[in-house]
Amino acid sequence: MNQTEPLWEVFIRSKQGLEHKHAGSLHAADAEMAIENARDVYTRRMEGVSIWVVESKYIHATNPDESESFFDPANDKVYRHPTFYNLPDELKYM
Amino acid sequence: MNSKASNNAKNDLVDYTLHLADSSLIMGHRLSEWTGHGPMLEQDIAISNIALDLIGQARNFYQYAAEIINSNNEKEKRVTEDDLAYLRDTGGFKNLLITELPNDDWAKTVGKIFFFSTWQFYFYQKLIHSTDRQLSAIAEKALKEVTYHVKWSSEWVIRLGDGTQESKKRMKKAITALWPYTGEMLVPAAFESNLENRVCIDLSNIKDDWLKKIRTVLDEATIDFPDEKTWMQSGGKNGIHGEHLGFILAEMQFMQRAYPGLEW
Repeated sequence: MNQTEPLWEVFIRSKQGLEHKHAGSLHAADAEMAIENARDVYTRRMEGVSIWVVESKYIHATNPDESESFFDPANDKVYRHPTFYNLPDELKYM
Repeated sequence: MNSKASNNAKNDLVDYTLHLADSSLIMGHRLSEWTGHGPMLEQDIAISNIALDLIGQARNFYQYAAEIINSNNEKEKRVTEDDLAYLRDTGGFKNLLITELPNDDWAKTVGKIFFFSTWQFYFYQKLIHSTDRQLSAIAEKALKEVTYHVKWSSEWVIRLGDGTQESKKRMKKAITALWPYTGEMLVPAAFESNLENRVCIDLSNIKDDWLKKIRTVLDEATIDFPDEKTWMQSGGKNGIHGEHLGFILAEMQFMQRAYPGLEW
């Protein structure tokens, strides 16, 4: 049965105000079924207040073979972090 | 009310509560047989969730039944929810017959849930207005769960009915096989007729809604509505069961009977 059912990616919002986070993936015949499956698989312990599903084939991803050219150049550019400012003591939680 | 009449009313209320508890327990136990055997992981979890919901409802009703029973026999041994679930024999069980039918294939299983949870849905909607506050509270809590069971099972009936040639054939076969077991859902047993209408629900009030919902879903599933003149099975509410219940109880009650009082 799984061979004929497409794969879906599931995103769960755990609390109002927070963003949806990727929770995992599952098989389902259609969007409705994917949402219900996600409800049963990922929110049975009250993990969520909202669910998004999207068919995995619609996700476009970076190519692992290109990760050197994609990500490594950021490695030695510490100045892109805003850590060189002197913050006043009154400013907390930065 | 003299004491004999009040005792009778109490017995009727116990029977009514047990009828609801037993139907949920046996249905839940049957569905739990799918755990680890579902057609795919996601549906395995879905059906196990439904089974757990039903067993939870059963516990609430059993606890209440035990409370009523204990309320006027102080001297005798106090009854617990476990005694009611594990130490009564088939003749004591008042579950609807449809709940004890074997699961067979997926179509039969979702068909059973569809007929049963649709009945529960309209039943609990009315039971919320019972003057019995416990029954009303249990119904209110259960209704949320049942609303999902109705949605889940209706969609499966439609998916299979309006699916492939094979799935349609199986769904039609399941509906035809289950239909004769739906009659007793809407016919009151003696304990229901005896109870005051403010306590229990009037089954004739939910019949039209139940039929309408079944018809809508079967229409969408492109399955013909069953012949309304079909001969209907009955007896479950009065402890008259088919051959299946004994086997269910043998498995379910084995531990408590082999090791009385066992806890884990």
